[in-house]
Formats: sequence, C-alpha cells, structure tokens
Amino acid sequence: MMRIEIVKRPQHSALFSALSPFIALLLTLIAGAVLFSILGKNPVSALYSYFIEPLTEVWSIHELLIKAAPLILIAVGLSVCFLSNNWNIGAEGQLIAGGIAGSILPVVFPDFQGWYVLPLMLLLSMAGGMAYATIPAYLKVRFNTNEILTSLMLVYVAQLFLDWLVRGPWRNPQGYNFPETVQFNESAILPAIWAESGRAHWGFILALIAAVIVWFMLSRTLNGFEIKVLGRSARAGRFAGFSAGKLTFFAFLISGALAGLAGIAEVSGAVGQLRTSISPGYGFTAIIVAFLGRLNPLGIIAAGLVLALSYLGGEAAQISLGISEKSARIFQGIILFFVLASDTLIYYRIRIVSRLSDTALKGA
Amino acid sequence: MTMFEAILLTVATAATPLLIAALGELVVERSGVLNLGVEGMMIMGAVCGFAAAQQTGSAWIGMFAGILAGAASSLLFGFLTLTLVTNQVATGLALTLLGLGASAMIGETFVGLPGVKMESLYIPFLTDLPYVGKFLFGQDPIFYISILLTIGVTWFLFKTRAGLTLRAVGDNHTSAHALGVPVVRIRYLAVLFGGACAGLAGAQLSLVYVPQWVENMTAGRGWIALALVVFASWRPWRIFAGAYLFGAVSIGQLHAQALGIGIPSQFMSSLPYLATIIVLVLISRNKRLTLMNTPTSLGKPFVPDR
Repeated sequence: MMRIEIVKRPQHSALFSALSPFIALLLTLIAGAVLFSILGKNPVSALYSYFIEPLTEVWSIHELLIKAAPLILIAVGLSVCFLSNNWNIGAEGQLIAGGIAGSILPVVFPDFQGWYVLPLMLLLSMAGGMAYATIPAYLKVRFNTNEILTSLMLVYVAQLFLDWLVRGPWRNPQGYNFPETVQFNESAILPAIWAESGRAHWGFILALIAAVIVWFMLSRTLNGFEIKVLGRSARAGRFAGFSAGKLTFFAFLISGALAGLAGIAEVSGAVGQLRTSISPGYGFTAIIVAFLGRLNPLGIIAAGLVLALSYLGGEAAQISLGISEKSARIFQGIILFFVLASDTLIYYRIRIVSRLSDTALKGA
Repeated sequence: MTMFEAILLTVATAATPLLIAALGELVVERSGVLNLGVEGMMIMGAVCGFAAAQQTGSAWIGMFAGILAGAASSLLFGFLTLTLVTNQVATGLALTLLGLGASAMIGETFVGLPGVKMESLYIPFLTDLPYVGKFLFGQDPIFYISILLTIGVTWFLFKTRAGLTLRAVGDNHTSAHALGVPVVRIRYLAVLFGGACAGLAGAQLSLVYVPQWVENMTAGRGWIALALVVFASWRPWRIFAGAYLFGAVSIGQLHAQALGIGIPSQFMSSLPYLATIIVLVLISRNKRLTLMNTPTSLGKPFVPDR
C-alpha cells in the first residue's frame, strides 16, 4: 500500500512557483493523450491537431487572438479579485451586462455615427459591467452575503435578460424573426488590427494594455500591496489601516469593468450585432486562465493564449479527427485541476510513503 | 386528480433534487469542507444516470450509476483538497467546470433520445385516497429516499457518536486531530457522501423530473443547493423547508407563465435565482447568527502535524 504525505516547506519554493504552470500543462497533455487513446484515436495526431495545427495558418492565429482577448481581459480583472480574496465568479454575467450596455448606441440610436461612437461604447460597456459587479460587492460589504453565490446567480439573470432583450424590444424588425439585433453600423465596429491578413480586432490590444496596467498596479503601487496584504490576512490588513470593504468594491469594479469591456469587444469586434448568446462561457474559462497565469497579469497573457488555443484545437480536432469539440471543455477543466495540484508543490514537499516502511517505523 | 394535488406533486418533484444535493453538502460542510462542485457532480450524476438507464432500460441501474458518478467526481475533489491541501473554493469551481464539460461530451450521443422514467409507487386504496393519496403514497422512489435522507442525516448528525465526531472535526480540526480523531479520513467519507447525494440528485433530474438528457440541464440547481445550506444555517430540517420553498417558487413561476399574465417568460424564469439572492441577503445580514452556526473550520486547509 502506498500513501501520500505532505510536509510544509519552511519557505515556499521559488523553483516550483515558476515551474508549476508548466508541470500542469505537461500533465494535461499526458492526460489528454490517455483520453484520446481511450476514445480510440491516435494520441499524437490528436494532440497535433489540438495544439499545433491551429498555429500553422495565419487566419487561425487571428482567431486565436479573437478568443484570447476576452479571456485575458476577464482574467486580469479576476486576478485582482482572487488575490484580495474576493471570489467573483459571475464574470460571465458582467460580460453580458457590458455587452448590452455597450450596444445601446448602435442598436437604439443607429443613426448616431462618428469617431466618438466607439469610445463611448467602450465606456458604456465598462460602466455596465461595473454596475452589475457592484451588486455582489455591495451585498457582501453591507450584508455579509456570500459573493460566490450571488455573483453566480446573477449570471443566470443576465442571460435571461439578454434573451428577452434580443427576442423582444431589441429584435431587428427586418430580421425575418431571427433573435438578433440590427447589424452595427460602420462606426460601431471595433476595427481589425491588421485587416489585410485576418479579422483579429483591437480587443486583443485592449487586453494587453489592461494586463500591463493591472500588472503595474499590483506590483509597483501601494494599492497593489494593500490587495495582497488583505488577501493573505484580513487581520494584518486591518492593523495596517486598510479597509477590506473598500477593497472589495475596488476589486469587483475593476473586474466588472474589464469583463464588460470583454463583452463589447466580443459583440462589436467579433460578431457585429447582439445575439441571445454572446459568449461560450468566457467568464468561466477566464477563472482557469487566471489560475494558470498564477494570478499575475503578465502570466495571464500567456495563459489566455493557451486556453484560447484549446477552443480552436477543439474545433480542429472535430473536423480532422471526428472528436467532439466539447473535448476542449474537458481539457480546460483538467488544466485547472493540474494547476491547483501543482501549486501544492510550492508550499509543501510531497512524500510517497509505503505502508510497509510505516509499520516498520512504528515497530521500531 | 385535483389541481391542488397536481401542484403539490410537481412542487415535490422540483424540491427533491435540491433537498438531496443540499443534504449531502450539509454533511460535507459540517465536516469543515466547502465543496463548491455540487453543480458539477450533479450534472455528472444526471448524464451517467440517463446513459446507464438508456442503455440497460432500467431506471434503477440509472439511479445507481448516477450515485456512483457523483461519488467518483467527489473523490477527485477529495484527493486535491484533502490529500494535496489545495484551495477548496478554486478546486470546487474546477470540479464544476470539469463536470459541465465532461457531461456535455458524454451526453452528446444521447441528446434527443427518449429516456427511461422511474415508475411511481402505486399501492391500491392508499394511493387513491383523496387529496394526499398521491402525494404520500404515489410518488417516485427517489422522493421517499429524500425523506429518509432528511431523517437519517438529522439522526446521524445529532444523535450518534459518529455524527458528533464529524461535527467536532468541522468545528476544530486541530483539537480533533490532537484527540486522535482521523480528520482526513472522516472528511473523505463526508465528501464521498456529498458526492453520492449530488449524483442522486442529478439522476432524479434525468430519470424523474424530465426523463431526457439536455446539456446543462441542472441549470444552477447545484448552486441553489449550496445556497440552501447557508439559508438553513446548517440544519437538516431547515434545508427541507427551504427546498420546498424553492420548489414552490420554481413551479409557481411556471404556472404563472402558463396562465400568461403578461410578464415575459424570461423574467419569470429568473425568479428562482433572484429569490436565492434575496434569501441569502436576509439570512446573512445578521452577522452574529451566521457566525454562530457556520462550522468554524469551514474551508480552512488542514495539514496534520506529524
């Protein structure tokens, strides 16, 4: 019999701190290979079409950036939340709120056109996401209500509200009854970064900017220090004079704003109109991105690209190998498990003890 | 069957999965572990229960497959949080995400297929009693299991030595460990029980509530079950009351939709979620009361010193 024992390290291991995301990815690849073998597919060609094939064509690199943009934007905001011990898991709802708020101008006032429309839309989307994120933050600070449950419940409410809006008052009257709004006019479309080669839009650039700004705030300012102190120990933070309530609002407002921005980037950059469903669960996948990036905004950029690749890989594997594209969601779930498990190595030493030596020890 | 009786029956059917899943999570949380993966274990129970019943033609085999699937998923959570001492909140989320993804893939070939519905009980004469006959003597087996579970969990937690030990582990794992109580082993058992319950709750959805497989068919019920545990301030009978309250809200809004009272259906459908938020706010606003009832070690990592 074997038993696993863990022993706390006197100091956390810098080596494993840097290695853990890579260990997690390696383990995920191995698990993936096993999974594909069970499904009766050649694991090498399956992993090839998952993780290499999407990178061999210019158009699909554009698609990669399109999918990475919302993931990075949301995860950067979530890193502020998670570091400060605020468990906002309703980013999907805040993304929808932002998508709706940002679409007000092109849908309700389609004749309102000009260079200023797009900046206004971006601001509105951030305001929408912030407003929606304020609800769980307020309930947590004022009534001590668990933010995990409230923020998650609000996702369902937002999805239903969007569904009503697009089927009801905002439906395109000339749209043959399809549940879609009008196509956004030219000035309400987030432009492509490099239109000659593909459709990747400015959402990705916004994501990079957001990541660098939040990275700077977290690592170089007093505010960032406050976030980390309060996140590690609320008591220590209170003694230092930091307010946990204010920080909760701050974390939720930042992540709400970035999720809202991700919403409008998706609606106006990738789709060009509002539909009943605007995200394949980016708000939830971003949780995985945040942890894989070790809650560091710069790491999150890389992690966002990896998770975006898994979406594309799922599509590629479905086309070339007939593996369901839903396998991507299994991959994403497994990654998070391995990330969390690998993080144990940072703080603990793992020993595998056999029962035999254990009893021998006790006998002696 | 009267209208009253029909409504009572549907409320019970809607309340049963919430009740079972929340009872399981109650035991887990009483042992000091916060498993946020209820939604994921529940959906695994739903898909595996449906698949097994569909393949074998037996709803009973489906039910046991659902229980096994939930327990197996919870073991994954247990290994990470109890053996590797990972963050419980993050690991629970991971379990939910993995469960939703894995169930979508497993269930892909079962979409649209007719399911196997679990037979309801029929006892001549008793089931035909007016008003209460169908409710008391004419429901599906899982309903009766849910009632037995409520009684059993209450008895176990508050009337047995093992229950006392489990609560002690949840309230102070360090002291319990010092007294020689096998903290990690007890928590593993609690987590497994929670997983089995969540799996059973999921199987109820795909074998009784709507005998078919639809992706994401749990629709947040696992999360509502988690909220119910807080709402009930960790007491089994209050979970029972809460589950039936939520069953009534979700059935009430369906009836209101059917009557066509002019409120968009999406707004009515969001009522159970809004009700959850409101109830949570009402319960948690009294900070002292919540703190008094919350298991003190809930969610805290435990590494035995050797």
